[in-house]
Amino acid sequence: MKKVINQADNVVREMLEGFEEAHADYVRSLEGTTVLLRKDAPVTGKVSLISGGGSGHEPAHAGYVGEGMLDAAVAGEMFTSPTPDQVFEAIKAANGGEGVFLVIKNYTGDVMNFEMARELAEAEGISVEQVVVNDDVAVEDSSFTNGRRGIAGTVFVHKAAGAKAAEGASLEDVKKVAEKVVANTRSMGVALTPCIVPGSGKPSFTLEEDEMEVGIGIHGEPGIERKKITSADDIAEELLQKVLQDSVDFQGSEVAVMVNGLGATPASELYIVNRYVQKRLRDNDIQVTHTYVGEYMTSLEMAGFSITLMKVDEELKQLLDARADTPAFRK
Amino acid sequence: MEMKTEQAVAWIEKANALIQSNKEYLTELDQAIGDGDHGLNMSRGFQEAEAKVSGTDYDTVADVFKDVATVLMSKIGGASGPLYGTAFLKMSMTVKDKDPVTEANLADAVEAALNGMKQRGKAEQGEKTMIDVWHPVADFLKNGQNVQADKLEETAERAMNETKDIVATKGRAAYLQERSKGHVDPGSTSSFYLFQALADVWKKGE
Repeated sequence: MKKVINQADNVVREMLEGFEEAHADYVRSLEGTTVLLRKDAPVTGKVSLISGGGSGHEPAHAGYVGEGMLDAAVAGEMFTSPTPDQVFEAIKAANGGEGVFLVIKNYTGDVMNFEMARELAEAEGISVEQVVVNDDVAVEDSSFTNGRRGIAGTVFVHKAAGAKAAEGASLEDVKKVAEKVVANTRSMGVALTPCIVPGSGKPSFTLEEDEMEVGIGIHGEPGIERKKITSADDIAEELLQKVLQDSVDFQGSEVAVMVNGLGATPASELYIVNRYVQKRLRDNDIQVTHTYVGEYMTSLEMAGFSITLMKVDEELKQLLDARADTPAFRK
Repeated sequence: MEMKTEQAVAWIEKANALIQSNKEYLTELDQAIGDGDHGLNMSRGFQEAEAKVSGTDYDTVADVFKDVATVLMSKIGGASGPLYGTAFLKMSMTVKDKDPVTEANLADAVEAALNGMKQRGKAEQGEKTMIDVWHPVADFLKNGQNVQADKLEETAERAMNETKDIVATKGRAAYLQERSKGHVDPGSTSSFYLFQALADVWKKGE
């Protein structure tokens, strides 16, 4: 293992410290926790949004803390859900009085820990609602979930629900928007190389020099198929087909596109993929209204990418266009 | 028996002792069909829980359970943390204002814990999880008048051993499908230690 770290045990803490120093305009840490809050939290007069999960997916989720997106992000250990007490502290600190909305990726540990925090908060009289994101079309069940996994599409939930909350919408209406995003968003990824969790020091799986894993999860969970690597266009086509053939009918509609790097894929390659995606969608009478290319939800140093499509209506388009000012996402 | 704060604390102390001495065994069980961290996680969680309750003065059993819940949910981690945390939180809520806690109260508490865990883990009996021990124990306590501690321990132990023949459909072991058969479930085993500890405290109180 070759990594720029001090001690494996200190990776998350030291990362958070450095993040806070780098983005002190946006965030502040909550003493004694792994929570990063909006600098001006608790913001009154709006529903507060909180997300979180295991670390290793940077800039998710702390990178989306700021105006128009999240009020707080809770970091767990690498690829490990934060515990309920941490999420509970985030809820208490972020709550501006209009209720708190939790954005949870669909992994067994995440769902249990966040739901438990929710109950603790409700016991203290704080209104809490949640959405569970499950945009990955690759597998129905993986070694970390029951049901589909939540991956890069989660960022669309942060953006749309965050903008809705910033408008002053009620907790119920924020939830409706988040559910609409989840219902209309589908993703799939591919890996060319594995990632290494600092604590274990070993790759989570191995791929031959000329192999790729199609349908990879963001923790290196197995996908659908391991095969010889092909061209950028062919890989993009394979992912797109799975996404388009899933239960959302994208035909003839407007979509937002995200081409997301998993950590070690150069921007140049992501743009090559995007070029194909745009052409392919145009040819299929699908109109792209918003395009996002970059690293939004990574998997440590994994090489590879994911493609996310979200079918948009007037409301979602307007929410994507709304102002956002965070370390990793500005509009 | 009746449970007062001393018995509640003694229960956690005994449970911790059993978990510490069976830490390696829990790890072995989890390595066979899970991700191999159950022994370490339970050991850390109960160590901290015991430290917390042994060093605190309590007015009620509910307060003891509440502290245990808080420590377990934050220190065990993974899926077992929220599940055991939920169990003790539900028990705490059930025995609130009950002093001392009677057998009937305890039966209600274990039933509430079971229901909480089923809801949290979205699991039912027969899926090769800790529910497979909690369910028969809850039934046993609910149906019994003047329950005998030996029988409580036997019930939990039998239930634990029966998980060996179950094909897992929840938890990590579910991905092994048929291959999960032939192994005792690690979560059921740690739950057995918890009830073995309860039976032990019970015997002393009889």
